[in-house]
Parts: sequence; structure tokens; C-alpha cells
Amino acid sequence: MPGFSFTHLEFLAWAALWTVGLSVIAFVGGGLLGFVVALARVSASRSLRIAAIVYIQLVQGTPLLILLFLIYFGVAIAGFDAVPAIIAAGAGLTVYSSGFLAEIWRGCIQSVPKTQWEAAECLALTRWQRMTRVVLPQALRLATAPTVGFLVQIVKNTSLASVVGFIELSQAGKLINNSIFEPFTIFIVVAVFYFALCFPLSTWSRSLERKLNVSRR
Amino acid sequence: MHAPVSAKAVVSLSNVHKSFGALKVLDGVSFDVGPGEVTAIIGQSGSGKSTALRCINALETIQEGSIHVCGHAVHDPALDRRALRRDVGIVFQSYNLFPHLTVEQNIMLAPTCVKSMSKAEARELAREVLARVGLEAKAEQYPEQLSGGQQQRVAIARSLAMKPKLMLFDEVTSALDPQLTGEVLKVMESLAAGGMTMILVTHEMAFARRVASTVIYMHQGKVWESGPGSMLDRPQTEELRGFVGSGL
Ligand SMILES: Nc1ncnc2c1ncn2[C@@H]1O[C@H](COP(=O)(O)OP(=O)(O)O)[C@@H](O)[C@H]1O
Ligand SMILES: [Mg+2]
Repeated sequence: MPGFSFTHLEFLAWAALWTVGLSVIAFVGGGLLGFVVALARVSASRSLRIAAIVYIQLVQGTPLLILLFLIYFGVAIAGFDAVPAIIAAGAGLTVYSSGFLAEIWRGCIQSVPKTQWEAAECLALTRWQRMTRVVLPQALRLATAPTVGFLVQIVKNTSLASVVGFIELSQAGKLINNSIFEPFTIFIVVAVFYFALCFPLSTWSRSLERKLNVSRR
Repeated sequence: MHAPVSAKAVVSLSNVHKSFGALKVLDGVSFDVGPGEVTAIIGQSGSGKSTALRCINALETIQEGSIHVCGHAVHDPALDRRALRRDVGIVFQSYNLFPHLTVEQNIMLAPTCVKSMSKAEARELAREVLARVGLEAKAEQYPEQLSGGQQQRVAIARSLAMKPKLMLFDEVTSALDPQLTGEVLKVMESLAAGGMTMILVTHEMAFARRVASTVIYMHQGKVWESGPGSMLDRPQTEELRGFVGSGL
């Protein structure tokens, strides 16, 4: 039986690219949706705020695995053709990320001092102008470090996408193992790939946090 | 009862009541401010001075009474707040400049957003109001690069750029050391001399006596005593005598 070879390594590298691709989809999709939910969460309308709270609680209280199943099988049950794995995985991770990013960003928006809102209000700015010109730019600075930190969670959680048949890094590891059965070697290599993706992100996040602390003295 | 609203008054409060929960903060406050007048509000901490200013600017809603400011019925639930804020500038003790914007951008923000002024016009205006507070050279700096006194002068300039008909100042020098206090007071004095209608909450007694046309002493949410600056030399009530005598 042939051992772990360059071909396998190449296969894992391709799969790692899919992991990256899926992470990007989850981050962009989750970011857009999460931003809207965060705005709803701090809006002046009570019903919008409640809707946002319910959404966040539902998403955060549901395991990602179940979210993925719900979307993958739910769409089929709803009478549509089975969705392609990448759509199901992308949608599941988008919903998952949006719930967490919305909550992170809500915290950042609300930690901009109330006096900043008030100063902008006293200059006759509309609510939207106060938000976009005064509050969000300041919240953005606060949000960068925790957002990049959450990217690490997204990258690691893409491994669950294998349950809907998406071949990313960890699924590729399993497939190789099925043929050559060298689990230890294979999963060490897989772990190294994940580390190579995540380590730069968490380092970046920490350096952003340090910079922020210095400039806020 | 309070005398009927003078048609000329820029600000007119009549029997204003305001509570925070069970805490009564304004207890039947009435006073008028005419055009070009400078009114100084003095009083112990907690007597309701800031709350009075905030009610005038609709940052707080009142439970009873009426407030008229530059023709706006501020007590009316249907008040157009943005229209009111175009006529009224307010400066806070803590400056509240926007830290992510330069001095110039701080000043240009409202004219471009609210009055749809072009960038170039707004920049011109920013230079003009900065000149009035003596800070043309600081246009490109960020607030954190300025001293407290300079930041407060920028905050004043930012309000002036909206060409308000009334300016409110809430203890704008209380966070500053004496030397920086002087430069801010000088700016306010020049505004007063230029005919700006102003209400200022202050602990600077000498300044109040010299610049204010009317001094209002607030105590326990009421206008306890009011009159020209010279009233501070001959207090009529025990409380004001104590307050003036406390050496503030
Ligand atoms: N938003 C608020 N909620 C509850 N209590 C408040 C609020 N603002 C002010 N107060 C209380 O109202 C009283 C008067 O406050 P304030 O108007 O700030 O007094 P001053 O400016 O004269 O020191 C104080 O007892 C203060 O604690
Ligand atoms: Mg006060």
C-alpha cells in the first residue's frame, strides 16, 4: 500500500483553497447580513431591536452542524432540487457568522460614548448621519481586532461543511485516510494547514488590539 | 404666574417641571432671555442647571410648563428637533469633539450634512470660525493633539459654523486649568460683544458679573434669585449669600 505522497499533499493544498474560499464566502456573506442585523439591534424601532435579538439568540443557540443540516435538507424538503454543497455550506456558515458578527459589532457601536451621539444630534445631523459619519467610524476602530479574531473561528468551523458533502481540508484528509490509512501523518499535515491559515489571523488580531490600546491611552 | 411670553424673547421658559423618576430636578422654572442678552446660570452642583440647558435644547423632555426657543415650541411633542438644533448651538464641559476627524472636518461636518454646503464653501467657513477663536493654524490637527482649552475653542467654533441664533454653554471651563480657562472666556466674551444671545452655566463668578446682563441663581430646581450682575454684591437670600461667600 503506497504511503503519504506528494499527490496527497497536492490534494490537501487544493482542499485548503476550498477552505479559504468557503471562509471568504462566510465572512463576506455573514459580514453583510451581520451588519444589517447589528444596525437593527441598535435601531430606534423597538420591533426591529427585538427581531434582531431573537435572530441573534436563535443563531447563537443552534449548533452550526444543525444549521447546515437544516439548510441542506430543508431546501430539499421545501420542494427544490438538492442544493449544491457549496451553496448549502456557504449559506449555513453565512447565517452562523452573521449571528456572531452582529453581536460583536453591536457591542462596538454601543461602546462609542453617548456624548458623541448627543454632540452630533445637537449639530442637527439626522439619525442616519449620526450613525454613518460619527458613530460607525469610531466603532470600526474598536471592531477590527475582535472581527479578525472571529475569522479564525470561521476558518476552523468550515471543517463542519463536510457533513453536506463539501470537500474542504478536513474532508480531504478523511478521503486520503480512507485509501492509505495513515491517520496520524495525514491529520498532522491537515492540522499544519489549519495552523498556517489561522496563525497569521490571530497574530494580526492581537497586533491590532495592541495598536488600539496604545492609541487610546 | 409668570408674565406673558414677550414676543421678542429668544428663549422663554414658563413654569417648567422636570423629574427623573421620583427625583424632582426642575420645580417650576421660569425666565426669559431677550435677543443679544447674556444670561448666566449659577448654583450648587445638582441644582438643575445642566438639566435646564438640556431642556432648552430638547435633549430632555419636560413634564409640565412651556419652553419657547427662537420660535420653536420645544415642549410640543410634535417639535421639529432638527429645525431647533439649526438655531441653537451647545457646548459641553467635555468638548465632545469627534476624535476620528480633524479640527477642520469636525467643523465642516454639520454644514455639509445639514446645510448641503459644498466642501470648498465649508472649508472656507471653517477657516473663518477658527479665526474667530484664534486657531486657524490647527485646522489639520486631530483633537487629541490639542490642549483642553484649544479643544473647547474648536467646539465653540464647530457650533458657530452653524450660525446659531442662540448659544448654550454648560460649564465649558470647568475641566480646564486657570490659564486655559482665560482663553476660552475671552472667546465667549467676544461672542457676547458681537451680539450673540447666550445662556451660560458657569462657576466663574467674576466673569458672570462682568459679561452677563442677567444672573440666575438656581437652588433646588428653582430660580431662587435673579437680577443684573450686581445682585451678586447684595444677595437677597441666605442661600445665595452662602453660595457667593463660599468663595467660588
Ligand atoms: N439623566 C439623568 N437621570 C437621572 N438623574 C439625573 C439625570 N441627569 C441629571 N440627574 C440628576 O438631576 C439632578 C440635577 O442635575 P444637573 O442638572 O446636572 O445639575 P447641575 O448641572 O446643576 O449640577 C442631579 O441630582 C442629577 O443627579
Ligand atoms: Mg451640570
